[in-house]
Amino acid sequence: MTNQPSPKSTGSPNIATKLDDWLDQRTGIDSILHETLDEPIPGGASWAYIFGSGLLFLFVSQVITGVFLALYYVPSADHAHTVVSYIVKEVTSGSFIRSIHAYGSSGIIILLLLHIGQTILYGSYKGRRELLWLSGCILLALMLGMAFTGYLLPWDEKAYFATAVGTNLVAEVPFIGPILQKLLRGGDQMGTLTLSRFYVLHVFVLPAMIIGFVAAHVFFFRKAGAAGPIREDPIKPKLPAVPFYPRQVFMDAVFAVVLIGILAIIAKAIPMSLGPAANPADTHFLPRPEWYYRPAFQWLKYLSGHWSLMGGIFLPALLALIFAGAPFLDRRLERRPRRRPISVGAFVIFLLAYISLGIASYRDDYRDPGMAVQMHKQDEDAKAFMQKPFVPEAAAGSPVAALAAADPKVLKGLAIFQAQSCNSCHGEGGIGTAAAGPLTGVGLKYTDAQLIALIHAPNSSMTNGGMTPVTLKAEDLEALAAYLDTLR
Amino acid sequence: MSAVGVSALLAIPLVRFSTYPLRRRATETDWSDVGPVDEFNSLTEPLAKTITLERRDAWQTTSSQTAVYVLPSKTGQFRILSPICPHLGCSVRWEGTQDKFICPCHSGSFTAGGQRIAGPPPRSMDILESRVEGGMLKVRYQYFRQLVSNKEVMA
Ligand code: FES
Repeated sequence: MTNQPSPKSTGSPNIATKLDDWLDQRTGIDSILHETLDEPIPGGASWAYIFGSGLLFLFVSQVITGVFLALYYVPSADHAHTVVSYIVKEVTSGSFIRSIHAYGSSGIIILLLLHIGQTILYGSYKGRRELLWLSGCILLALMLGMAFTGYLLPWDEKAYFATAVGTNLVAEVPFIGPILQKLLRGGDQMGTLTLSRFYVLHVFVLPAMIIGFVAAHVFFFRKAGAAGPIREDPIKPKLPAVPFYPRQVFMDAVFAVVLIGILAIIAKAIPMSLGPAANPADTHFLPRPEWYYRPAFQWLKYLSGHWSLMGGIFLPALLALIFAGAPFLDRRLERRPRRRPISVGAFVIFLLAYISLGIASYRDDYRDPGMAVQMHKQDEDAKAFMQKPFVPEAAAGSPVAALAAADPKVLKGLAIFQAQSCNSCHGEGGIGTAAAGPLTGVGLKYTDAQLIALIHAPNSSMTNGGMTPVTLKAEDLEALAAYLDTLR
Repeated sequence: MSAVGVSALLAIPLVRFSTYPLRRRATETDWSDVGPVDEFNSLTEPLAKTITLERRDAWQTTSSQTAVYVLPSKTGQFRILSPICPHLGCSVRWEGTQDKFICPCHSGSFTAGGQRIAGPPPRSMDILESRVEGGMLKVRYQYFRQLVSNKEVMA
């Protein structure tokens, strides 16, 4: 292939050959292509080998969609939720791009499970492939880190509460736990610094590390060579080798198209929803992590007292260690799964335990009527929030904010608004929540006298929504109305 | 050699820069109003109340809302519980029908007085400092360390 003009190039083959020569003398492109594409695969191409390249493809897709999402994103606790809702509700194709990115992470986890499962079943970590395996283990950890740090960024209810729980778990690490937790959160509580730290990890630190370890992983793979079918000797393959190009490249490309096709269909059919903004005062919200963390979440339910340290930190650490040590522990060159009952059996047991814990977690939520109702309500809240039109923030220094700062009556109204807990239903600044509609713009619809009358004696549609009459002194009601006037 | 020197020179300030939250002084927590005392005199079960907290978040002061539970009292001595589960920090719910507090995350449960009954939480629910001043019930909202069996204020 390398010495032939590519079929796509236009013009006479003569020019193409010349161009190729010219380029090759300066870049060595032909030998690079030879290196990349003519990798020998013992036993030839197979659909069984598509997972690794599929992972690489999905990672690249995540990088691209992530870079584009960063065009609009602001990593600050007071803006993050607004900008994500801006992306989803206003920016053209915003919901689609965000959905591809969000579902892509699930796709990566699924492919990881397949890729790892296959490596274990095929025994393809054997035969001087320890470093290949270890770099893969680090990539797995980094990917889980990407999923964890990315989950917080929308700063909606589920992001906030799930991360609060997740970062509390960090505190359990012996000795350095509390310090580690404080470092990760950027303080004692979740806030702006937590968000910016997670953002920096998610877009700079972890991706840079992933790229480095992917390079190492591919390098080690090339160095050791493809392991080939199960019967093959992992060090000196006997089957005739067939080059990677064109058949394997074709299969990988088909798989990439299938992957992006599935993602696009899901993203179009069930766009990723965004819930209402994080509200730390909410005592009803049930935090639940992404599905692949559910088994770990369920596991924590069974541990109390001393067991929480044992089962929550030590056991997972031990499992991770055994997992990473697989090529050192399982040294025989035998690859057929049936002759390796221990390693394959351990993996199958782990998989079964993982799946049953996950199922138990979902079952618990649907069995308990109280929980089921609340889970359903959370879904409905997110749906309702998605349906609402986008409400821009009042920027500091904008007329609205300036007015509130200038007029003592408005300020007093704001204080009453908060003291009466109006904001717990209508949201901070009256932007509306799942519980009650926005108050923005009511000042344009009603006169102050009408507003006061409505607050004092809500009409039937308001009482149906849970609004209770507010009894206050006349001057307080006036201040409240003055404040509502400023909400635009 | 010089490369090592330069990196060492940068490394120390960089580490100090990124670990700044460890050195930041904790801000004193203020007393927040829970509501007029009369409101709580005839409670028969724990009542969730939303309070407003003034809190410093990085370069901003934000006023945020948080819930607390006011427990019924016969003697006029009010007890207020933090809703934060001492296990991993989920918000505990009051379940009137079962006469229990239940944590929705890993099913920890507590009595109506906040005593631990079962589940992963290592201790009972945390009592917050409270006092009555001029007919107003006030609370000092604090965070406590999770996962330890003693109540420790988080610095
Ligand atoms: S956080 Fe409450 S039981 Fe785990």
